[in-house]
Amino acid sequence: MTILFIFLQLLLFIALAPFFSGLITKIKNNFRMRKGPGVLQPYHNLAKLFSKGETVSETSSWIFKTAPFVVMASSLTAALLIPVFILSSPLRGMSDFIALIFIFSLGRFFLSLAALDTGSSFSGMGSSREMFISSLVEPVVCLAVFALFLQFGSTDISASSGLHGQSVSSLIVACALFLITLAETSRVPVDNQETHLELTMVHEAMTLEYSGRSLALIEMSSYIKQMIWFFLIAQIVFPINKPEFLNLSQTSFWILWYLTRLILIAITVAVVEISLAKMRLFRVVDFLGFALVLSIIGAICAVLGV
Amino acid sequence: MISTFLLFDPLSLFFLTVIGVVSLPSAIYSLGYFKGEFTPAQKNLAWSLLVFFVASMAVVVTARHIIVFLIAWEIMSLVSYFLVVLDTKHEKSIQAGMIYITMTHVGTAFLIAAFFVMYKHALSFDFSVLKTACSTMPETTRNMVFLFLLIGFGTKAGIVPLHIWLPYAHPQAPSSISSIMSGVMIKTAIYGIIRFILFILGVNSPWWGVTLLICAVITCLVGIIYALMEHDIKKLLAYSSVENIGIILLGVGLSMFFSSIHRPYLAVFSLIAGLYHTINHAIFKGLLFLCAGSVYKATTTRDIEKYGGLIKTMPHTAFYFLIGAMAISGLPPLNGFVSEWLTLQAFFLGAFTMTGGMKLFFGLCAALLALTSGLAAACFVKAFGVTFLALPRSRYAKDAKESSKSMRYGMLFLSILTVIFGLSAATIMKWLAIVSGSALSVDSSAMSFSLNNFVLAPQIIKINSVSIPFLALALGIFGFAGFIIYRHGRKEKIVTVQTWDCGYYKLDARNEYTATAFSKPFRVAFSFFLLPYRRTQKIRESFYHVKSFAYETHTTPVFRKYIYFPVLAVMFKTAKTMRRIQPGSIHLYLAYIFVTLLLLMLFMNNF
Repeated sequence: MTILFIFLQLLLFIALAPFFSGLITKIKNNFRMRKGPGVLQPYHNLAKLFSKGETVSETSSWIFKTAPFVVMASSLTAALLIPVFILSSPLRGMSDFIALIFIFSLGRFFLSLAALDTGSSFSGMGSSREMFISSLVEPVVCLAVFALFLQFGSTDISASSGLHGQSVSSLIVACALFLITLAETSRVPVDNQETHLELTMVHEAMTLEYSGRSLALIEMSSYIKQMIWFFLIAQIVFPINKPEFLNLSQTSFWILWYLTRLILIAITVAVVEISLAKMRLFRVVDFLGFALVLSIIGAICAVLGV
Repeated sequence: MISTFLLFDPLSLFFLTVIGVVSLPSAIYSLGYFKGEFTPAQKNLAWSLLVFFVASMAVVVTARHIIVFLIAWEIMSLVSYFLVVLDTKHEKSIQAGMIYITMTHVGTAFLIAAFFVMYKHALSFDFSVLKTACSTMPETTRNMVFLFLLIGFGTKAGIVPLHIWLPYAHPQAPSSISSIMSGVMIKTAIYGIIRFILFILGVNSPWWGVTLLICAVITCLVGIIYALMEHDIKKLLAYSSVENIGIILLGVGLSMFFSSIHRPYLAVFSLIAGLYHTINHAIFKGLLFLCAGSVYKATTTRDIEKYGGLIKTMPHTAFYFLIGAMAISGLPPLNGFVSEWLTLQAFFLGAFTMTGGMKLFFGLCAALLALTSGLAAACFVKAFGVTFLALPRSRYAKDAKESSKSMRYGMLFLSILTVIFGLSAATIMKWLAIVSGSALSVDSSAMSFSLNNFVLAPQIIKINSVSIPFLALALGIFGFAGFIIYRHGRKEKIVTVQTWDCGYYKLDARNEYTATAFSKPFRVAFSFFLLPYRRTQKIRESFYHVKSFAYETHTTPVFRKYIYFPVLAVMFKTAKTMRRIQPGSIHLYLAYIFVTLLLLMLFMNNF
């Protein structure tokens, strides 16, 4: 029964993931007084990519061909680890926050290698920048997890759901994680998903040589990754106390509340993206430095017990 | 007879295992590697040195008598010196050997001083007698012995700023020897720290642990930042060894701290993390050095800017290097992930039981460890990507051939171990609990660290756990699912085309991203430490026509420039001044001897 539930949760997660990207694009366009594509555009894109042929660079090797599967596997494993609806599953105790970071870095490692594999200087640039940004992200996430750990006594993600009400520390940590989410999901001001300019792109540069189903897999993985980050922030800012699945109405209420939290975060991301400009790569160091300072403050607050 | 000089307690056995696990595949690898690389005479010499090297390390970790330990330690240092200078074709070998032998003897001098102080107190060279005697040692003597041991073993381990010899000596030795030097020899210093400081001396001042932690964090960061900047593949690996020694010492330092404040459970757990990383690093660094050796043998160059595309000509080596690179970057489900996770958990658990500033200190250490692991991932994306992927950048790389079978077996063996040490983490942790319990003289049998055979969990408060087999299974299933989705019902064609070249006529290897370019953002971000230097020059045919462009970039070797060169300068200056008392007159020398005797007689009672 629980295993069935876990798979249902995973499927729901996968099915919903592209929606948030569509939502953010829609909101951004509305802010710009444009109509923009519909919320469901990412689904159409995926469907289109799935029915397309594929080009593979003659320079590349098996790394390029395997990378999409590894990226997909890392995103899905991460999604499996996080306790979306089921809090008391056998997987509880596996959903370790630190492990989650390392699982993400598995996917990133392969995607960066695949980018170098094509021999294009664009991809190499993307790969170098991606590794640069992600290595600066790590200490921030680590300190954020540390601050949460001091409050909950566990690095388990589900532990945060036992919290009643928020503390100052976890709110500050959530802010730090929000900045990290912008960096990890290639959003403005760190990266820009909308352009293909060599000066600005990071993630897009890495996937430049991908097409067809491989690209669809990679896109799908980044949607899932984005949703996981949203979920993690939601779990800290809007913690839920005791979910009980007694009857259908209660269950559907919880599901709705879960989604509303994520939508709120998606809206915030869109607003931030609209109101900021893309930063120069070396300004990103300052941006992430600010996130680091936030997470240090969060940790100090956690030490002080507020 | 043997039992008076050697002991085989769990700690010694553990380090013997580490030695065996790397030496065996390295020896198999040497069969193929020495062929064609050396003359028959050199080959015989290399083999006998290799045997002495491994044997002396085995004695170092099993000695129970200080004199035996020191003799073995010296043999180990000298034999490895000869291995470093074995390849006399290169001018660099001699220089590297010189730096190595000087540094290692400075270290040994500190060790001997520390041992004499201990002997003076205990009046015995036997470890067990020393252990009982050291508990009554006065505080100041203890602190002095600690600092001497730390400097002595720190030189061998490569703690920053004593790491200076490591990136010179390790790359110069033949690759199979580099793998033993980097994988095992520097671990004998870790053994020394655990044996002499934790086991014999016993830690009772918290500042020892804190000192070691600070050293370790600096070592981690400096090591990996230099590794990122390096283009010589073996030097890169040597710098990364410096980083990993830092990670190991984080575990050991934490263990020191906790045992000084009487938290045996945490001390045992932290030492497990340190020991786990010790054996993991031995395995994957050994593996990476062997792969680097294969590449070096096939291309006759160590400059990664001249590699590229080797995955096609050397598929086996590439695959093994990838495994090693993944493990060293701490990616699940391989072994590097386990020990980094354990070290982070040790920090977190430690912080939970501390108060105030100590909490924050642990948090910052953990954050810096996370930064290190992020940079390590970047470093090995660079190392693997530039070496093995895309197009060959030189004819050396184009003409490379896959290495011989015996070399491949050596690498295969270590790759398999990398996977096994990841998957069977829970079992290995149980064994390490015994080792670390015996090193700390704590009964660890009552401490339970794992829920069952598959899950790692330091059960001290609530649940922090991770299951490597579960992760491996999930990754495998989802990867396969991705593959099925990819293949299912596909009718569309996969076309092989050129990489998109923006309409440019033809892309070649010169358009590829190089290692220097890859590490550029890091060079800029860490410029306050690396002090990069760049020079661009237009080479003109005439005023109007620029024929070519020269570009040069370096980073300043901060430690050599600001620490070692000034010290050397002072030493040479003093030597020059001292020369005056040595004019060559025998009468004067006789007078010196007479005065010395007189002084000794006068002050004899004071010694």
